[in-house]
Amino acid sequence: MAGSLRALRRRIRSTQSTKKIFSAQELIAAARIVRAQARVEASKPYAREITRVLSALAGSASLDHPLLTDRENPRRVAVLVVTSDRGFAGSYNVNVLRRTEELLALLRDEGKEPLLYVVGRKGETYYRFRDRDVEETWSGFSEQPGYENAQDIGRTLIAAFTAGEDDDETGGGADDVLGVDELHIVYTEFRSLLSQVPVANRMAPLVVEEVDELRDDRDAQVEESRSSDITPSYEFEPSPEQLLDALLPKYVTTRIYAALLEAAASESASRRRAMKSASDNAEELAKNLSRQANAARQAEITQEISEIVGGADALVSANADD
Amino acid sequence: MATLQVELVAVEKMLWSGEASMVIARTTEGELGVMPGHSPLLGELAPGGVVTIRTESGEDLVVAAHGGFLSVTERGVSILAETAEISTDIDVERAREALRRAEQDSDDPEAVAAARRAQSRLRAAGQDA
Repeated sequence: MAGSLRALRRRIRSTQSTKKIFSAQELIAAARIVRAQARVEASKPYAREITRVLSALAGSASLDHPLLTDRENPRRVAVLVVTSDRGFAGSYNVNVLRRTEELLALLRDEGKEPLLYVVGRKGETYYRFRDRDVEETWSGFSEQPGYENAQDIGRTLIAAFTAGEDDDETGGGADDVLGVDELHIVYTEFRSLLSQVPVANRMAPLVVEEVDELRDDRDAQVEESRSSDITPSYEFEPSPEQLLDALLPKYVTTRIYAALLEAAASESASRRRAMKSASDNAEELAKNLSRQANAARQAEITQEISEIVGGADALVSANADD
Repeated sequence: MATLQVELVAVEKMLWSGEASMVIARTTEGELGVMPGHSPLLGELAPGGVVTIRTESGEDLVVAAHGGFLSVTERGVSILAETAEISTDIDVERAREALRRAEQDSDDPEAVAAARRAQSRLRAAGQDA
Protein backbone atom coordinates (compact mmCIF):
# COMPACT_ATOMS: atom_id res chain seq x y z
CA MET A 1 0.00 0.00 0.00
CA ALA A 2 2.65 2.48 1.05
CA GLY A 3 4.68 1.42 -2.01
CA SER A 4 1.90 2.28 -4.44
CA LEU A 5 1.45 5.67 -2.80
CA ARG A 6 5.10 6.43 -3.31
CA ALA A 7 4.93 5.32 -6.94
CA LEU A 8 1.90 7.53 -7.53
CA ARG A 9 3.62 10.54 -6.02
CA ARG A 10 6.61 9.98 -8.25
CA ARG A 11 4.41 9.85 -11.32
CA ILE A 12 2.65 13.07 -10.32
CA ARG A 13 5.98 14.82 -9.96
CA SER A 14 7.24 13.68 -13.34
CA THR A 15 3.95 14.54 -15.06
CA GLN A 16 4.09 18.00 -13.59
CA SER A 17 7.61 18.61 -14.74
CA THR A 18 6.86 17.44 -18.29
CA LYS A 19 3.84 19.69 -18.23
CA LYS A 20 6.14 22.60 -17.51
CA ILE A 21 8.19 21.74 -20.56
CA PHE A 22 5.09 21.49 -22.73
CA SER A 23 3.69 24.82 -21.65
CA ALA A 24 7.05 26.51 -22.12
CA GLN A 25 7.20 25.09 -25.64
CA GLU A 26 3.68 26.29 -26.22
CA LEU A 27 4.58 29.84 -25.24
CA ILE A 28 7.69 29.84 -27.40
CA ALA A 29 5.73 28.55 -30.37
CA ALA A 30 3.03 31.16 -29.82
CA ALA A 31 5.60 33.95 -29.85
CA ARG A 32 7.18 32.48 -32.98
CA ILE A 33 3.91 32.36 -34.90
CA VAL A 34 3.47 36.09 -34.45
CA ARG A 35 7.00 36.71 -35.69
CA ALA A 36 6.65 34.28 -38.57
CA GLN A 37 3.38 35.82 -39.65
CA ALA A 38 4.96 39.26 -39.57
CA ARG A 39 7.74 37.99 -41.81
CA VAL A 40 5.26 36.46 -44.24
CA GLU A 41 3.53 39.84 -44.42
CA ALA A 42 6.80 41.72 -44.77
CA SER A 43 7.87 39.59 -47.72
CA LYS A 44 4.68 40.23 -49.65
CA PRO A 45 5.51 43.63 -51.19
CA TYR A 46 8.57 42.17 -52.91
CA ALA A 47 6.67 39.17 -54.19
CA ARG A 48 3.94 41.46 -55.48
CA GLU A 49 6.38 43.79 -57.21
CA ILE A 50 8.44 41.06 -58.81
CA THR A 51 5.26 39.44 -60.11
CA ARG A 52 4.15 42.78 -61.53
CA VAL A 53 7.49 43.34 -63.22
CA LEU A 54 7.44 39.84 -64.61
CA SER A 55 3.92 40.28 -65.97
CA ALA A 56 4.99 43.51 -67.65
CA LEU A 57 7.97 41.74 -69.12
CA ALA A 58 5.88 38.78 -70.23
CA GLY A 59 3.80 41.14 -72.34
CA SER A 60 6.83 42.40 -74.21
CA ALA A 61 9.42 39.68 -74.44
CA SER A 62 9.09 36.48 -76.37
CA LEU A 63 8.43 33.85 -73.76
CA ASP A 64 10.67 31.05 -74.85
CA HIS A 65 12.85 31.07 -71.77
CA PRO A 66 13.66 27.52 -70.60
CA LEU A 67 12.11 28.21 -67.21
CA LEU A 68 8.81 28.98 -68.90
CA THR A 69 8.47 26.30 -71.54
CA ASP A 70 7.13 22.82 -70.95
CA ARG A 71 9.58 20.17 -72.01
CA GLU A 72 8.53 17.36 -74.30
CA ASN A 73 8.20 14.11 -72.36
CA PRO A 74 9.72 15.11 -69.02
CA ARG A 75 11.61 12.21 -67.46
CA ARG A 76 13.15 13.30 -64.20
CA VAL A 77 11.37 15.58 -61.76
CA ALA A 78 12.73 17.33 -58.69
CA VAL A 79 10.52 17.43 -55.62
CA LEU A 80 11.42 19.82 -52.82
CA VAL A 81 9.92 18.82 -49.50
CA VAL A 82 9.77 21.35 -46.67
CA THR A 83 9.68 19.73 -43.21
CA SER A 84 10.71 20.91 -39.76
CA ASP A 85 13.99 20.44 -37.90
CA ARG A 86 12.44 19.53 -34.59
CA GLY A 87 9.54 17.32 -33.65
CA PHE A 88 6.96 18.20 -31.01
CA ALA A 89 4.77 19.60 -33.76
CA GLY A 90 1.89 17.16 -33.87
CA SER A 91 1.00 15.91 -37.31
CA TYR A 92 2.88 18.67 -39.14
CA ASN A 93 5.63 16.54 -40.65
CA VAL A 94 3.45 13.49 -41.14
CA ASN A 95 1.04 15.53 -43.22
CA VAL A 96 3.72 17.04 -45.43
CA LEU A 97 5.37 13.66 -45.96
CA ARG A 98 2.06 12.02 -46.77
CA ARG A 99 1.28 14.73 -49.32
CA THR A 100 4.73 14.15 -50.79
CA GLU A 101 4.11 10.42 -51.11
CA GLU A 102 0.89 11.17 -52.99
CA LEU A 103 2.74 13.47 -55.36
CA LEU A 104 5.52 10.92 -55.87
CA ALA A 105 2.99 8.21 -56.68
CA LEU A 106 1.28 10.52 -59.15
CA LEU A 107 4.56 11.41 -60.84
CA ARG A 108 5.54 7.75 -61.11
CA ASP A 109 2.17 6.99 -62.67
CA GLU A 110 2.93 9.60 -65.29
CA GLY A 111 6.15 7.77 -66.01
CA LYS A 112 8.43 10.34 -64.45
CA GLU A 113 11.23 9.65 -62.06
CA PRO A 114 11.01 11.83 -58.96
CA LEU A 115 14.17 13.03 -57.21
CA LEU A 116 13.93 14.21 -53.63
CA TYR A 117 15.35 17.44 -52.26
CA VAL A 118 14.60 17.76 -48.57
CA VAL A 119 14.50 20.74 -46.21
CA GLY A 120 14.44 20.00 -42.48
CA ARG A 121 15.97 17.33 -40.29
CA LYS A 122 12.70 15.45 -39.81
CA GLY A 123 12.26 14.83 -43.51
CA GLU A 124 15.90 13.87 -43.76
CA THR A 125 15.61 11.16 -41.08
CA TYR A 126 12.31 9.94 -42.52
CA TYR A 127 13.89 9.17 -45.87
CA ARG A 128 17.17 7.95 -44.45
CA PHE A 129 15.34 5.48 -42.21
CA ARG A 130 13.49 4.14 -45.24
CA ASP A 131 16.71 3.95 -47.28
CA ARG A 132 15.38 6.21 -49.97
CA ASP A 133 17.69 8.20 -52.20
CA VAL A 134 17.75 11.88 -51.47
CA GLU A 135 19.55 14.23 -53.85
CA GLU A 136 20.30 16.99 -51.38
CA THR A 137 19.21 18.16 -47.96
CA TRP A 138 19.25 21.44 -46.11
CA SER A 139 18.52 21.86 -42.43
CA GLY A 140 18.96 24.08 -39.42
CA PHE A 141 16.67 26.95 -40.40
CA SER A 142 13.15 25.55 -40.56
CA GLU A 143 11.81 27.81 -37.84
CA GLN A 144 13.47 31.01 -38.99
CA PRO A 145 14.37 30.74 -42.65
CA GLY A 146 16.41 33.54 -44.18
CA TYR A 147 16.55 34.62 -47.78
CA GLU A 148 20.08 33.17 -48.08
CA ASN A 149 18.61 29.74 -47.39
CA ALA A 150 16.11 30.19 -50.20
CA GLN A 151 18.94 31.37 -52.46
CA ASP A 152 20.96 28.26 -51.64
CA ILE A 153 18.09 25.97 -52.48
CA GLY A 154 17.13 27.99 -55.54
CA ARG A 155 20.65 27.80 -56.94
CA THR A 156 20.79 24.02 -56.61
CA LEU A 157 17.35 23.46 -58.11
CA ILE A 158 17.80 25.87 -60.99
CA ALA A 159 21.19 24.35 -61.78
CA ALA A 160 19.58 20.89 -61.89
CA PHE A 161 16.80 22.26 -64.04
CA THR A 162 19.13 23.92 -66.51
CA ALA A 163 21.27 20.78 -66.67
CA GLY A 164 18.15 18.82 -67.57
CA GLU A 165 17.45 20.90 -70.65
CA ASP A 166 19.45 18.79 -73.07
CA ASP A 167 18.94 15.37 -71.46
CA ASP A 168 17.80 12.54 -73.71
CA GLU A 169 16.79 8.88 -73.17
CA THR A 170 20.35 7.69 -72.95
CA GLY A 171 21.86 10.15 -70.51
CA GLY A 172 22.91 13.64 -69.69
CA GLY A 173 22.97 15.00 -73.23
CA ALA A 174 25.54 17.49 -74.39
CA ASP A 175 26.74 18.53 -70.93
CA ASP A 176 26.64 14.93 -69.69
CA VAL A 177 24.97 15.97 -66.47
CA LEU A 178 21.64 14.42 -65.57
CA GLY A 179 19.28 17.18 -64.65
CA VAL A 180 15.58 17.48 -64.09
CA ASP A 181 12.73 18.59 -66.30
CA GLU A 182 10.30 19.85 -63.70
CA LEU A 183 10.50 21.37 -60.23
CA HIS A 184 7.84 20.71 -57.63
CA ILE A 185 7.56 21.93 -54.07
CA VAL A 186 5.60 20.46 -51.17
CA TYR A 187 5.13 22.69 -48.13
CA THR A 188 2.50 23.55 -45.56
CA GLU A 189 0.37 26.52 -46.34
CA PHE A 190 -0.56 28.72 -43.42
CA ARG A 191 -4.27 29.47 -43.81
CA SER A 192 -5.03 30.45 -40.24
CA LEU A 193 -3.94 29.64 -36.72
CA LEU A 194 -6.20 26.61 -36.79
CA SER A 195 -5.72 25.39 -40.29
CA GLN A 196 -2.48 24.57 -42.06
CA VAL A 197 -2.73 22.57 -45.22
CA PRO A 198 0.07 20.72 -47.01
CA VAL A 199 0.13 21.74 -50.65
CA ALA A 200 2.12 20.64 -53.70
CA ASN A 201 2.92 23.16 -56.41
CA ARG A 202 4.85 23.05 -59.64
CA MET A 203 7.52 25.73 -59.67
CA ALA A 204 9.06 25.13 -63.07
CA PRO A 205 8.35 25.32 -65.88
CA LEU A 206 6.56 28.10 -64.17
CA VAL A 207 3.28 29.72 -64.65
CA VAL A 208 3.51 33.35 -63.63
CA GLU A 209 0.84 33.77 -61.03
CA GLU A 210 -1.62 36.44 -61.95
CA VAL A 211 -1.52 39.59 -59.88
CA ASP A 212 -5.30 39.88 -59.92
CA GLU A 213 -5.90 39.08 -56.30
CA LEU A 214 -3.16 41.45 -55.24
CA ARG A 215 -4.39 44.40 -57.21
CA ASP A 216 -5.69 47.28 -55.23
CA ASP A 217 -8.10 49.94 -56.37
CA ARG A 218 -5.42 52.24 -57.60
CA ASP A 219 -4.22 49.58 -59.98
CA ALA A 220 -7.71 48.84 -61.11
CA GLN A 221 -8.07 52.45 -62.17
CA VAL A 222 -4.78 52.45 -63.97
CA GLU A 223 -5.83 49.22 -65.59
CA GLU A 224 -9.04 50.80 -66.85
CA SER A 225 -7.35 53.82 -68.34
CA ARG A 226 -4.83 51.53 -69.87
CA SER A 227 -7.26 49.23 -71.56
CA SER A 228 -8.70 52.14 -73.52
CA ASP A 229 -5.45 53.16 -75.11
CA ILE A 230 -2.54 51.13 -76.36
CA THR A 231 -0.47 49.09 -73.94
CA PRO A 232 2.48 51.11 -72.68
CA SER A 233 5.69 50.21 -74.38
CA TYR A 234 8.37 49.63 -71.84
CA GLU A 235 11.95 50.59 -72.32
CA PHE A 236 14.28 47.81 -71.29
CA GLU A 237 17.78 48.04 -69.94
CA PRO A 238 19.30 45.60 -70.85
CA SER A 239 17.26 43.72 -73.47
CA PRO A 240 14.02 41.98 -72.43
CA GLU A 241 15.60 38.55 -72.93
CA GLN A 242 18.53 39.37 -70.68
CA LEU A 243 16.18 40.82 -68.11
CA LEU A 244 14.09 37.68 -68.17
CA ASP A 245 17.24 35.63 -67.68
CA ALA A 246 18.08 37.62 -64.57
CA LEU A 247 14.55 37.85 -63.24
CA LEU A 248 13.22 34.32 -63.52
CA PRO A 249 15.72 32.65 -61.19
CA LYS A 250 14.98 35.40 -58.65
CA TYR A 251 11.30 34.77 -59.09
CA VAL A 252 11.77 31.06 -58.38
CA THR A 253 13.86 31.95 -55.33
CA THR A 254 11.13 34.29 -54.13
CA ARG A 255 8.60 31.49 -54.46
CA ILE A 256 10.85 29.16 -52.44
CA TYR A 257 11.38 31.87 -49.82
CA ALA A 258 7.63 32.45 -49.53
CA ALA A 259 7.09 28.70 -49.14
CA LEU A 260 9.76 28.49 -46.42
CA LEU A 261 8.19 31.37 -44.51
CA GLU A 262 4.71 29.89 -44.73
CA ALA A 263 6.06 26.53 -43.63
CA ALA A 264 7.78 28.16 -40.66
CA ALA A 265 4.55 29.84 -39.59
CA SER A 266 2.65 26.57 -40.01
CA GLU A 267 5.27 24.68 -38.06
CA SER A 268 4.98 27.03 -35.10
CA ALA A 269 1.20 26.95 -35.27
CA SER A 270 1.12 23.12 -35.27
CA ARG A 271 3.65 23.02 -32.49
CA ARG A 272 1.64 25.43 -30.40
CA ARG A 273 -1.49 23.36 -30.90
CA ALA A 274 0.28 20.08 -30.15
CA MET A 275 1.92 21.52 -27.04
CA LYS A 276 -1.36 22.99 -25.87
CA SER A 277 -3.12 19.65 -25.96
CA ALA A 278 -0.06 17.95 -24.46
CA SER A 279 -0.02 20.30 -21.49
CA ASP A 280 -3.80 19.98 -21.11
CA ASN A 281 -3.42 16.21 -21.09
CA ALA A 282 -0.58 16.38 -18.61
CA GLU A 283 -2.71 18.49 -16.32
CA GLU A 284 -5.60 16.05 -16.59
CA LEU A 285 -3.27 13.16 -15.88
CA ALA A 286 -1.75 14.90 -12.87
CA LYS A 287 -5.25 15.57 -11.54
CA ASN A 288 -6.30 11.91 -11.88
CA LEU A 289 -3.08 10.71 -10.36
CA SER A 290 -3.41 12.98 -7.35
CA ARG A 291 -6.98 11.74 -6.84
CA GLN A 292 -5.65 8.19 -6.81
CA ALA A 293 -2.85 9.22 -4.50
CA ASN A 294 -5.32 10.85 -2.12
CA ALA A 295 -7.49 7.75 -2.12
CA ALA A 296 -4.46 5.57 -1.45
CA ARG A 297 -3.34 7.81 1.39
CA GLN A 298 -6.83 7.75 2.87
CA ALA A 299 -6.97 3.98 2.58
CA GLU A 300 -3.63 3.75 4.34
CA ILE A 301 -4.84 5.94 7.23
CA THR A 302 -8.08 4.00 7.53
CA GLN A 303 -6.16 0.79 7.66
CA GLU A 304 -3.83 2.10 10.33
CA ILE A 305 -6.76 3.27 12.45
CA SER A 306 -8.54 -0.03 12.17
CA GLU A 307 -5.30 -1.82 13.08
CA ILE A 308 -4.89 0.36 16.18
CA VAL A 309 -8.54 -0.05 17.15
CA GLY A 310 -8.31 -3.78 16.57
CA GLY A 311 -5.13 -3.95 18.67
CA ALA A 312 -6.68 -1.93 21.50
CA ASP A 313 -9.80 -4.12 21.45
CA ALA A 314 -7.66 -7.19 21.70
CA LEU A 315 -5.79 -5.73 24.71
CA VAL A 316 -9.03 -4.69 26.42
CA SER A 317 -10.60 -8.12 26.00
CA ALA A 318 -7.38 -9.79 27.19
CA ASN A 319 -7.38 -7.61 30.35
CA ALA A 320 -11.11 -8.33 30.97
CA ASP A 321 -10.36 -12.06 30.95
CA ASP A 322 -7.89 -11.62 33.83
CA MET B 1 4.93 69.95 -58.73
CA ALA B 2 4.46 66.42 -59.87
CA THR B 3 6.10 63.80 -57.75
CA LEU B 4 7.01 60.18 -58.13
CA GLN B 5 5.51 57.52 -55.93
CA VAL B 6 8.56 55.50 -54.95
CA GLU B 7 8.67 52.10 -53.31
CA LEU B 8 11.91 50.58 -52.17
CA VAL B 9 11.34 46.90 -51.55
CA ALA B 10 13.84 44.39 -50.25
CA VAL B 11 13.07 40.70 -50.13
CA GLU B 12 12.48 40.61 -46.43
CA LYS B 13 10.54 43.82 -46.07
CA MET B 14 9.43 47.09 -47.62
CA LEU B 15 12.21 49.50 -46.72
CA TRP B 16 10.84 52.84 -47.75
CA SER B 17 7.93 54.27 -49.64
CA GLY B 18 6.87 57.80 -50.28
CA GLU B 19 6.91 60.73 -52.66
CA ALA B 20 10.09 61.77 -54.40
CA SER B 21 11.05 64.26 -57.04
CA MET B 22 13.76 62.18 -58.65
CA VAL B 23 15.38 58.76 -58.54
CA ILE B 24 18.94 58.21 -59.69
CA ALA B 25 20.13 54.68 -60.31
CA ARG B 26 22.72 52.79 -62.29
CA THR B 27 21.52 49.95 -64.46
CA THR B 28 23.78 47.50 -66.22
CA GLU B 29 23.63 49.85 -69.21
CA GLY B 30 24.50 53.05 -67.41
CA GLU B 31 23.53 55.81 -65.04
CA LEU B 32 19.94 56.93 -65.19
CA GLY B 33 17.77 59.58 -63.62
CA VAL B 34 14.01 59.21 -63.40
CA MET B 35 11.78 62.23 -62.99
CA PRO B 36 8.00 62.45 -62.95
CA GLY B 37 6.51 61.64 -66.33
CA HIS B 38 9.29 59.25 -67.31
CA SER B 39 8.22 56.63 -69.82
CA PRO B 40 7.74 53.09 -68.50
CA LEU B 41 11.00 51.32 -68.02
CA LEU B 42 12.38 48.07 -66.68
CA GLY B 43 16.01 47.88 -65.81
CA GLU B 44 18.42 45.61 -64.04
CA LEU B 45 20.48 47.46 -61.44
CA ALA B 46 24.21 47.18 -61.83
CA PRO B 47 25.83 44.95 -59.20
CA GLY B 48 27.35 46.95 -56.40
CA GLY B 49 25.26 49.92 -57.35
CA VAL B 50 23.78 52.76 -55.39
CA VAL B 51 20.32 54.24 -55.78
CA THR B 52 19.61 57.81 -54.78
CA ILE B 53 16.08 58.91 -54.04
CA ARG B 54 15.61 62.68 -53.90
CA THR B 55 12.67 63.21 -51.62
CA GLU B 56 10.14 66.01 -51.97
CA SER B 57 11.91 68.10 -49.39
CA GLY B 58 15.09 67.94 -51.42
CA GLU B 59 16.93 65.52 -49.18
CA ASP B 60 18.83 62.65 -50.70
CA LEU B 61 18.14 59.15 -49.52
CA VAL B 62 21.07 57.02 -50.56
CA VAL B 63 20.55 53.29 -50.69
CA ALA B 64 22.93 50.42 -51.29
CA ALA B 65 20.90 48.05 -53.42
CA HIS B 66 22.26 44.73 -54.54
CA GLY B 67 20.85 42.30 -57.07
CA GLY B 68 17.86 44.33 -58.00
CA PHE B 69 15.57 45.75 -60.60
CA LEU B 70 14.13 49.14 -61.31
CA SER B 71 10.62 49.41 -62.64
CA VAL B 72 9.11 52.69 -63.77
CA THR B 73 5.42 52.74 -64.54
CA GLU B 74 2.86 55.51 -64.77
CA ARG B 75 2.16 54.87 -61.11
CA GLY B 76 5.65 55.52 -59.95
CA VAL B 77 8.96 53.80 -59.39
CA SER B 78 9.62 50.49 -57.67
CA ILE B 79 13.09 49.46 -56.72
CA LEU B 80 13.40 45.75 -56.05
CA ALA B 81 16.50 44.48 -54.36
CA GLU B 82 17.66 41.22 -52.85
CA THR B 83 19.50 43.16 -50.21
CA ALA B 84 19.17 46.87 -49.65
CA GLU B 85 20.37 49.19 -46.94
CA ILE B 86 19.71 52.86 -46.40
CA SER B 87 22.98 54.79 -46.01
CA THR B 88 22.22 55.94 -42.47
CA ASP B 89 21.91 52.29 -41.35
CA ILE B 90 25.20 51.22 -42.84
CA ASP B 91 28.02 50.25 -40.55
CA VAL B 92 31.07 51.50 -42.44
CA GLU B 93 33.58 49.52 -40.39
CA ARG B 94 31.73 46.29 -40.95
CA ALA B 95 31.38 46.93 -44.66
CA ARG B 96 35.14 47.60 -44.91
CA GLU B 97 35.87 44.44 -42.99
CA ALA B 98 33.54 42.47 -45.27
CA LEU B 99 35.22 43.93 -48.34
CA ARG B 100 38.67 43.06 -47.05
CA ARG B 101 37.63 39.50 -46.30
CA ALA B 102 35.88 39.07 -49.62
CA GLU B 103 38.82 40.40 -51.61
CA GLN B 104 41.19 37.86 -50.14
CA ASP B 105 39.66 35.11 -52.14
CA SER B 106 38.68 36.48 -55.46
CA ASP B 107 38.11 33.21 -57.31
CA ASP B 108 34.99 32.26 -55.45
CA PRO B 109 31.85 33.73 -57.08
CA GLU B 110 30.28 33.99 -53.63
CA ALA B 111 33.14 36.16 -52.47
CA VAL B 112 32.94 38.32 -55.56
CA ALA B 113 29.25 38.91 -54.89
CA ALA B 114 30.04 39.69 -51.26
CA ALA B 115 32.69 42.17 -52.36
CA ARG B 116 30.22 43.88 -54.66
CA ARG B 117 27.71 44.12 -51.84
CA ALA B 118 30.29 45.61 -49.53
CA GLN B 119 31.38 48.07 -52.22
CA SER B 120 27.86 49.29 -52.77
CA ARG B 121 27.38 49.70 -49.04
CA LEU B 122 30.55 51.77 -48.80
CA ARG B 123 29.63 53.88 -51.81
CA ALA B 124 26.19 54.53 -50.38
CA ALA B 125 27.76 55.62 -47.13
CA GLY B 126 29.87 58.12 -49.06
CA GLN B 127 33.17 56.28 -48.57
CA ASP B 128 35.73 55.22 -51.12
CA ALA B 129 35.39 51.64 -52.21
